[in-house]
Amino acid sequence: MVKDFIKGLWKENPVFVQVLGMCPTLAVTTSLINGLSMGLATTFVLVASGLAISSLRKLIPDQVRIATFMIVISSFVTVVKLLFEAHIPAISSQLGPYLPLIVTNCIILGRQEAFASKEPVSRSLLDALGMGIGFALALVILGSVRELFYQGTIGGVQVLGSWYKSMIIMVQPAGAFISLSLLVGLFQRISGRK
Amino acid sequence: MEYFFIFVAIVLTQNFVLHYFLGICPFLGVSDEMEGAFGMGMATTFVMTLTAIITWNINTFILKAFNVEFLEYVSFILVIASLVQLVEMFLKKYLPELYETLGIYLPLITTNCAVLGLALFMVLREYNFLESAIFGFGAGVGFTLALVIMAGIRGELHEEDIPRPFRGTGITLLVAGLLALAFMGFSGLVPT
Repeated sequence: MVKDFIKGLWKENPVFVQVLGMCPTLAVTTSLINGLSMGLATTFVLVASGLAISSLRKLIPDQVRIATFMIVISSFVTVVKLLFEAHIPAISSQLGPYLPLIVTNCIILGRQEAFASKEPVSRSLLDALGMGIGFALALVILGSVRELFYQGTIGGVQVLGSWYKSMIIMVQPAGAFISLSLLVGLFQRISGRK
Repeated sequence: MEYFFIFVAIVLTQNFVLHYFLGICPFLGVSDEMEGAFGMGMATTFVMTLTAIITWNINTFILKAFNVEFLEYVSFILVIASLVQLVEMFLKKYLPELYETLGIYLPLITTNCAVLGLALFMVLREYNFLESAIFGFGAGVGFTLALVIMAGIRGELHEEDIPRPFRGTGITLLVAGLLALAFMGFSGLVPT
């Protein structure tokens, strides 16, 4: 049981190992807070749809399962989008269309197909939580790195002194690709894979 | 002229893959065969153009007309999923030759975030019908361009001695970063 939860954090980390859900990973990690909000929103959708699909797994006909998963997922994404708009409008507008794009985040559909549609509710819950937190963790790391090298702050707190000249490339697409590339390389090095 | 700029912007300056990070999964996972990349691009362009046309109509005449815009995501994803299925069945029946080439790529398009992203951007920017159609087609062309370039580069990379931790994903992302840098050179082509 514990393994279901732990594996998402490190061994099967959705971003660094499985390389899934790249669109939000790259697009919204311009700062720690954006990465964290996207990570939490995705975790919520992952857990909610995992619970729903796992409890309905015996009722969903096999032929239309993908369509069913998509409807469940997009309903929960609508919930998140409305919640964000109502309570944290500033972050909601920063994330823009990437918040609704959680619908097509391959991690979510992938976990339903590979896990929730086959396993009991309790295991699915742990699996979804682990994957969600692993994803959020990766986004927070990438967001912090990019924010630090962009303007010398992490989460809005000044880390590097005033001598640090801001590097605009870090918040542009090229910076996103290159920082993630270096992080993936570092991750592979540490975990000693390949 | 305005229509032309929409097209140039979405293909070059604001390329879906390299500027908006949409459709990254197929972009990173693309095989190193140019032909496969081109086929995937063509199939996606086809679905994207149709998606733009259909979702524009749904958004204008159903969602907005009946004030049920909160159903946007659910209805869009249903349209895309059924469209992909429909295209697949149509090709299989009437154009079996084309189906042979594109068939294997079609099911993957449903979870390509570029297609849903296209519909969302279209609504957000309040494009009219013709603009939406051009936007959809241009997004597909831009996606194909990025995919084919990536496939070409990855083919070359086979010969290189890449540091171990960077093999696979690492080096692909690095190449994508350099491509994004190169595409930044196009900025300014389109007056904002």
